[in-house]
Amino acid sequence: MHKKHLLAASLAAILAAGTVQAADSIKVGMMTTLSGPAAGLGVDIRDGFNLAVKHLGGNFGDLTTEIIISDDAQNPETARQIAERFTLRDRVDVATGVVFSNIMLAVGPSFFESETFYISANAGPSEYAGAECNPYFFNVAWQNDNMHEAMGKHVASEGFKKVALLAPNYPAGIDALNGFKRFYQGDVAVELYSRLGQLDYATEIAQIRQTRPDALYIFLPGGMGINFIKQYASSGMMNRTPLFAPGFSGDEDFVNAIGADMVGLFNTSHWYREMDNDLNQRFVTDFQGDYGRLPTLYASQGYDAAMLIDAAVRAVDGNIEDKDAFREALRSVDAPTVRGSYTFGNNHYPIQNYYLREVVREDDGTVRNRFVTEVMTDHQDAYAKDCNM
Amino acid sequence: MGYLIIEQMLNGLQYGLMLFLLAAGLTLVFGIMDLINLAHGSLYMIGAFLAATFFQMLGSFFPALLLAIVATAFIGFILERLLYRKLQTMSHLSQVLATFALILIANESIKIIFGAQPLMISMPSGLSRAIEIVPDELYYPAYRLLIIGVGFAVAIGLYLLVNKTRTGMWMRAGASNREMAAVMGVRIKPLFTLVFVLGAALCALAGALLGPLLAVTIGMGESILIPAFQVIVIGGIGSMRGALIGSLLVGMIDTVGKLLLVLGLGFITDPTNAGTLGSTLASLSISVLMVAVLYFRPQGLFPARG
Repeated sequence: MHKKHLLAASLAAILAAGTVQAADSIKVGMMTTLSGPAAGLGVDIRDGFNLAVKHLGGNFGDLTTEIIISDDAQNPETARQIAERFTLRDRVDVATGVVFSNIMLAVGPSFFESETFYISANAGPSEYAGAECNPYFFNVAWQNDNMHEAMGKHVASEGFKKVALLAPNYPAGIDALNGFKRFYQGDVAVELYSRLGQLDYATEIAQIRQTRPDALYIFLPGGMGINFIKQYASSGMMNRTPLFAPGFSGDEDFVNAIGADMVGLFNTSHWYREMDNDLNQRFVTDFQGDYGRLPTLYASQGYDAAMLIDAAVRAVDGNIEDKDAFREALRSVDAPTVRGSYTFGNNHYPIQNYYLREVVREDDGTVRNRFVTEVMTDHQDAYAKDCNM
Repeated sequence: MGYLIIEQMLNGLQYGLMLFLLAAGLTLVFGIMDLINLAHGSLYMIGAFLAATFFQMLGSFFPALLLAIVATAFIGFILERLLYRKLQTMSHLSQVLATFALILIANESIKIIFGAQPLMISMPSGLSRAIEIVPDELYYPAYRLLIIGVGFAVAIGLYLLVNKTRTGMWMRAGASNREMAAVMGVRIKPLFTLVFVLGAALCALAGALLGPLLAVTIGMGESILIPAFQVIVIGGIGSMRGALIGSLLVGMIDTVGKLLLVLGLGFITDPTNAGTLGSTLASLSISVLMVAVLYFRPQGLFPARG
């Protein structure tokens, strides 16, 4: 028993010694989805993040970066184990990368309890935007409702009066449609909930046609969206009832998977590929050069996450052990970003513009997702008021 | 309203026939070889990825479809020789473990070879529209009609193969009693190879045909494997007729059943609740049917073993 105490005490001493060493490097834990059906999303976040690190010469400020990459396989239990490893064994300074909100909610407590900063490059659950907001959680992408809110506003302002809605039957699906309806107050022709992971949408398409709506809004992430859009186009509906979707359903991975059938799809996003700023031009050109494909918005978020960490490390002169100073730097620093600009609200979620994009066929025959107009300016999420930070 | 239900019946037919292409191979392998092949869906995924690749090389759908079938059948042949032949003599647990490992290997290999992003197959341009069957009331996508046509043709072809040819007789003999068939002089090993290659070819046909309607993505095999297993449990393992009837039942329940549930619940509760409740109940109903079949007829509706 006595021996055990001694062992524990010496272990604690060794671990404590590790933390007081002056930092000349920064350890980043990148946990994202790299296998399974949604692997494309995590791969893009990782590649975007790595490209930024490359642009920064392998350093954040004066600190050399050490990046540990782990695959959560879209499984909350696996993710929880990785988070434990990141915080207890690897003792990372910053973590990032999670794609899905249900996984974020599973691993958040590990990072928060160990006082490890988490910079989300995608997952933006309403919990962490509202009452459960946390000093160690930042999101550089968007709160989950934002793109739906932007599209709700756009569809309403375009004068559509009878809109059909479709989402998978799970909490995020219901949240998405509520986000849309927060800004669209017109009639809802029909509100359909499909099975999560559904393959065939013929039933839903027939029901939508039956109710004769003047527009359709879908929230169908990943393969579900590809399935639906292919089937919607092949049923000849694209020309009759225009299709609106959040930005990730109009992204380059979708364009590559669906092709010309997507022409005419409208989608909202906080970033678009042809954005006219130097950083974005460099990001798009080099991403295409290094990885042989066009970047998606996930890649842009991964890139921006790395840019934010770098800017904050510079702001505190590499002194990342002073957590209060580092937090203040993350919150207030004017980090370079491919989306032009954004600021953080009290809940550490971005306040930013949202844009409308449309999938069009270019003169040379290629299919591209193009910027149309700005829909929302300096938009903040609806949950910030419940956050006491 | 009537037209909506007719349209859903066509959808049920189309979905059911596609399930049949997968279930037919699965049920024969399971029935004749007594081999649980969880990686059957991986052959479907491989078929779809090969079809997409050939499509991007050739720019034309039907040649890509044929090439994908040939290539996947060849992969099936290699797998049967190297792996499945050995698995036959092992326990079901070993088979489940080995073929589950094969799913993981297939998914990772696809990611390494083709990348993590989904691929595209476009449908033939002439078929990318809806046909007006009843003016202004009933439209149906031309491509889905093609799938129904191909599905029926394959079903008839398999029926003739299994019931009217000598090879089919061996298959039925193998499914009903393997040892007895072997004793009576049926050469079981080449028959296994044939059945497995046929199953792989049908997987590729389904994968390539569904490519223009579904995402060609890693893991697509697992999402369709579960309904395919439900089909063969309902229909009776090893029975081609059972696979066909089971597929159509599952297809119909999934589409028409869901619509009727949503419409019916609409009278009781508000549309949002009806939508969520209806889709939940519809996905449950197939499982309920399966449980009922297992309870009342554990051999399935059309048992192969008499």
